Amino acid sequence: MCLAIPGRIEWMKGRSAGVVMGGNRTEVMADLIPQAKVGDWVLVHAGVAITVLNAEEARMTYNLLDEMSQLENKGPAPQ
Amino acid sequence: MNRERIQLAHGGGGQLSAELIAEVILPILGSQRPGRLTDAACLSVDAGRLAFTTDSYVVQPLEFPGGDIGKLAVCGTINDLAVAGAQPRALSLSLVLQEGLAISTLRKVLTSAAGAARDAGVEIVTGDTKVVGREGCDGMIVNTAGVGVVAEGAELGFERVEQGDCILLSGALGEHGLSVVSCRKGLSFATDLRSDCAALHELTGSLLASLGGNVHFMRDPTRGGLAATLAELAAAIGRDVEIQEEAIPVNPVARSAAEMLGLDLLTVANEGKLVAVVAARQAPRALEILRSHRLGAKAAIIGTVGEAASGPLVEMQTVVGGRRIVQMPYGEELPRIC
Amino acid sequence: MKDPCDRHLREIRRHLDALKSLGSAPVRIMEVCGTHTMVLARAGLRSLLGEGVRFLSGPGCPVCVTDGAYLERAIHLSRTRPDITLASYGDMVRVPGQSGSLADARCAGADVRVVYSAGQAVEIALACRDRQVVFLAVGFETTAPGTALALRRAQREGLENFSVLTAHKRILPAMRALLVGDDVRVDAFLCPGHVSVIVGWGVYRELVDRFARPCVVAGFEPSQILAGVAEILRQLAEKQPQAASVYPPVSREGNRVAQAILEETFVPADAVWRGLGEIPESGLDLREELAAFDAARRFELPDYPTQDPPDCRCGDVLCGRCDPAECPLFSRRCTPRDPVGACMVSSEGACAAAYQYERFRKR
Repeated sequence: MCLAIPGRIEWMKGRSAGVVMGGNRTEVMADLIPQAKVGDWVLVHAGVAITVLNAEEARMTYNLLDEMSQLENKGPAPQ
Repeated sequence: MNRERIQLAHGGGGQLSAELIAEVILPILGSQRPGRLTDAACLSVDAGRLAFTTDSYVVQPLEFPGGDIGKLAVCGTINDLAVAGAQPRALSLSLVLQEGLAISTLRKVLTSAAGAARDAGVEIVTGDTKVVGREGCDGMIVNTAGVGVVAEGAELGFERVEQGDCILLSGALGEHGLSVVSCRKGLSFATDLRSDCAALHELTGSLLASLGGNVHFMRDPTRGGLAATLAELAAAIGRDVEIQEEAIPVNPVARSAAEMLGLDLLTVANEGKLVAVVAARQAPRALEILRSHRLGAKAAIIGTVGEAASGPLVEMQTVVGGRRIVQMPYGEELPRIC
Repeated sequence: MKDPCDRHLREIRRHLDALKSLGSAPVRIMEVCGTHTMVLARAGLRSLLGEGVRFLSGPGCPVCVTDGAYLERAIHLSRTRPDITLASYGDMVRVPGQSGSLADARCAGADVRVVYSAGQAVEIALACRDRQVVFLAVGFETTAPGTALALRRAQREGLENFSVLTAHKRILPAMRALLVGDDVRVDAFLCPGHVSVIVGWGVYRELVDRFARPCVVAGFEPSQILAGVAEILRQLAEKQPQAASVYPPVSREGNRVAQAILEETFVPADAVWRGLGEIPESGLDLREELAAFDAARRFELPDYPTQDPPDCRCGDVLCGRCDPAECPLFSRRCTPRDPVGACMVSSEGACAAAYQYERFRKR
């Protein structure tokens, strides 16, 4: 019923956060996660971060993440 | 008078039209044939089979990461020739411009069209320009037509596809469609993704040169993505098609963007990928040829052609071992939250 | 990805054997969430699990459960007021109402924009001050906070050209209503992952205590769904129904901040669900203090009678009373290209999922 995907916070400014999700960057509302800080993993649904994930949770829960972090280290995929 | 923007008079056939052609269009496109503005281009061709195709391009926005409408229009038509087994010989390029379009945008688009044609070794030999009012189109419409010479020994067509043939895909899916969506109003997100927009004639040319009649069918999975290409193939040949999800090359950035938007990568458009159906015993060789070209570095054998069926289906073995149908997408794919 | 799946599958088979010997198989699990429905189909999990487990698609696709009258109101607005811009999630755009869909309205000249978040609807209102922007606020507890935040921003900015037409829903009252009505046999609920991030898995205890059905929250990777199914079967085999989560981001109490924001913005209200009818306290209406942002009031929208298309069994599909293929319209008059019922439109609708991924030829 509700798609939500994990991403990592790159910056925060007031009620907004910049989140990178596997090479895609978007700005989300961070009102629901007042405790979040830069570097945290969050779940994003329809432009709203709905919860903070601890790193272990994130890794255990999403098999995507390993690839994502590899990708971030390597930069964009070759064309 | 505003000299920075397109006016209706630029399409009126008068002085302004002549100026636009002489000062903007020809210097960019027509450098190879200065001073020869006739009503039609004359081509000398060797005897043999000609392929002839046309396509109109509309895309919003006009520029997107990895390309723009100009490059798209040139590569798209080259690819239509390429998958018909032809090497492109000449292109036409016609513009329908919206009144008010910035001439700088037009220059950019033409420059990239010219660049794409030059890279592909094809000349743009004829063209036309019209201007429509603000309601007439959104920015510009580009039409390209192309003529190519069909490779000797190429025998391509649905009727050539046989049971047991292997299906090859030249690379990862969805890069074009998703990079265009990434800069669409209301949805914009920044992405490392770039459109895969590229001319495929070298790839198809080397396949045909080595394998000739063992290549049975080719298609570039543009709108509707791989799903549409395979569903159309199955329906046209009256046979089931089976693919393995695990084998399909994936660009993780594209996958992530697709998940973000709730889109299925199989249905997202590509502009620089090739689907080739090849006789089974030649498939490893075909794979080697594709992989040796930079546009096919991630190529894979993704499936096979199955038995004849009355209502043929494309079935996919999923990564987790389940089975699902891949079917023709039904049109506009909308990003969703659910 | 395959290994954890194999492990869960082995566990599932073991529990199923136990349940078979107890005579309690096949097990009827309702996956409440439409995204679960979609993943089940896309990953081919039904074909993997075989006959021992039957999945019933529940009322967890916001588009599918949105009452036709809501759409009529939106379309009425777009047709009668040329100064209105409708901002909608992509999911809603193709849903057929009695007088066509939002896509049809757009063809006829209405200004309908697809947005990915409620915030983007506010952005449109900020950019186009001369137009009235109406955000079509559908979705469950996961989505409703976004609407609440958008309204706060509109308030802060003093936006007078922004309003919302709400049809937000709460999932728990619907699950309760399904169990109270006794014509549907549901042995257990696979509970929605992201709604539960907000409401917490603790809320399902009520259903466990009252109806003795396992309620297990699962994530959306195929392996996570299988983990949820394995946990449900374990509980059934051991005859110990519980509320639980196998999805790490979900806590017992949920996201308290989000709950507080929902509470400040909305009040529970009776709501009509397609197929389920009116369910007490199952909707979220705007609080009186926010009435100025209620599009229904601002534009004095008339009430429309609820009318589902004749012969369409979306309602039965949404309650698990029938499979999509049992509907007389399925894949005949009702296809994703030309949908009759909402379950065929939303790509997470049970009918669309079945049509797209599961119409295997009988072998």
